[in-house]
Amino acid sequence: MRRFVLAVVACIAGLPGFARAETLVASVSRSRIDITSNFTGADLAVFGSVERDAASIARATAYDLVVTIRGPRGLVTVREKKHIGPFWLNADARKYIATPSYIAVLSNRPLAEIVSPEFATKLRIGVDNLVTAQGDKRWRIDEEEPQFRSALLQIRRAQGLFSEHPASVEWLTPTLFRASVHMPGIAPLGAYDVEAAVFSDGSQLARTTLSFTVVKSGSEASVAQAAREHPLLYGLAAVGLALLVGWLASVIFRRD
Amino acid sequence: MQIYLPIAEMPVDVFVVLGIGAVVGFISGMFGIGGGFLLTPALIFMGVPPAVVVATQAPQIAASSLTSTLAALRKNAVDVKLGVVLLLGGLIGTQFGVMFFNAMNRIGQLETIIAVSYVALLGTIGLLMLIESLRSTLATRRAPSAASKARSRWGGNLPLQMRFARSGLTVSVIPLGLLALAVGFIGAVLGIGGGFIMVPALIYLFRVPTLVVVGTSSLQILATMVAATILHAATDRSVDLFLAALLMVGSVFGAQFGARAGAHLRGEYFRLLLALLIFGVALRFGHDLVAKPDNPYSASVTETAR
Repeated sequence: MRRFVLAVVACIAGLPGFARAETLVASVSRSRIDITSNFTGADLAVFGSVERDAASIARATAYDLVVTIRGPRGLVTVREKKHIGPFWLNADARKYIATPSYIAVLSNRPLAEIVSPEFATKLRIGVDNLVTAQGDKRWRIDEEEPQFRSALLQIRRAQGLFSEHPASVEWLTPTLFRASVHMPGIAPLGAYDVEAAVFSDGSQLARTTLSFTVVKSGSEASVAQAAREHPLLYGLAAVGLALLVGWLASVIFRRD
Repeated sequence: MQIYLPIAEMPVDVFVVLGIGAVVGFISGMFGIGGGFLLTPALIFMGVPPAVVVATQAPQIAASSLTSTLAALRKNAVDVKLGVVLLLGGLIGTQFGVMFFNAMNRIGQLETIIAVSYVALLGTIGLLMLIESLRSTLATRRAPSAASKARSRWGGNLPLQMRFARSGLTVSVIPLGLLALAVGFIGAVLGIGGGFIMVPALIYLFRVPTLVVVGTSSLQILATMVAATILHAATDRSVDLFLAALLMVGSVFGAQFGARAGAHLRGEYFRLLLALLIFGVALRFGHDLVAKPDNPYSASVTETAR
């Protein structure tokens, strides 16, 4: 059933602007990633196929596939430390609105070989194109902005939150694909969207969007819920635990 | 072995956290200080969000200071009366501190004020203690009884005199209350317990015996941290029970050994070690402030749509 719905969605999404007759059918291996106390990351697979009908023209080149996974968006402030007097202090900052907290771009070969840089920018393909320059209140973008943006990208890449995997999409048959990625333990909680796009010879043929969520479960969920819904009791429980541990230790270690 | 923290929302290594707890607990048990000024940077370095660090430290410090207090009580090394006076003054100071904190936050200069005053405070106290203890260590070596007699304590001739039997101290409540007020104020602004100010002040300014200072300071920190835990849980909701439990287990064990090591230490060496510790931390923070950072840029998520 879900497959069917996805296929319908894919067809609708694929229609306008894409005169060619390929459609993309895809699904994610799990619609929910549960965070339990031993969570250190999760493997996620996106699989699907390129559907062709009678109107599809024969293609000389193989299909290319790009899967973009994006985490919940938020406001990110990037600060720059400057040498003021003898100190290094936060002196300058830029804000990036609606910036994804997680980006993974999966493809079957390097993006530069799949689409031209101009087209990649237009379609927002690739990590760099998903974090856009943002101006101030009057929509001006100053000369120093690119340094802040590249610093943000560099920090997130080092954390493992932004990544490109140019060999993570595997063609099982010429039309059947499977993409896999390992989500890190620090992957933010919330709603993620997955966008799959099929390319041939540098142009986009079809595109489809899927989603999944990352949520706490088990004891993680109960603790977080208690902290949120019963703050006073939670505080008293924390105090109780502290006193119990402190007292136990003094009993255990008593040696008089 | 990794465990996922429910409030900090990140996995951490269990043994690393236990180890950090043990080291901080050892120092805290030895010197009667909470150890927040060591724990905060260690946890932030691990990537735990600062708000969670500050809130979660409170129950952890409560646990280890209860152990230290009980150990001190058994040795009759707690001046409960002195502890209560300090606590009352501290509560008022904390109130003013929170007001000042919010005012500075509105102006937008909080971070700089915290960084600079941290270094200035730790540096000054550490350096003064270092000079004094080096001098007295040398002096005791030359002439065993000459050093610490002649100096008078603060507030000897002010009104509202009160007798603190356990500390062997008769002193006016005014300077004691002012000290507690200042420590509470500074503690609230810097987000620390303030034991590293209280302990040297009681030793140097009021001449309270070292052993009693540790027990009394532990009692005062215990009360403050119990209140802080409930306040943090009720307001910012960033107390992480899993992280707190791990830190607690590590630190109560560490505190036991620390308290024992501290009890066998001679007064001069105790003061010298504490001075070196405080001065060392000041140097470390000062270095961060003046050295060229590896990456001048930093990114922080202000809000996330869930």
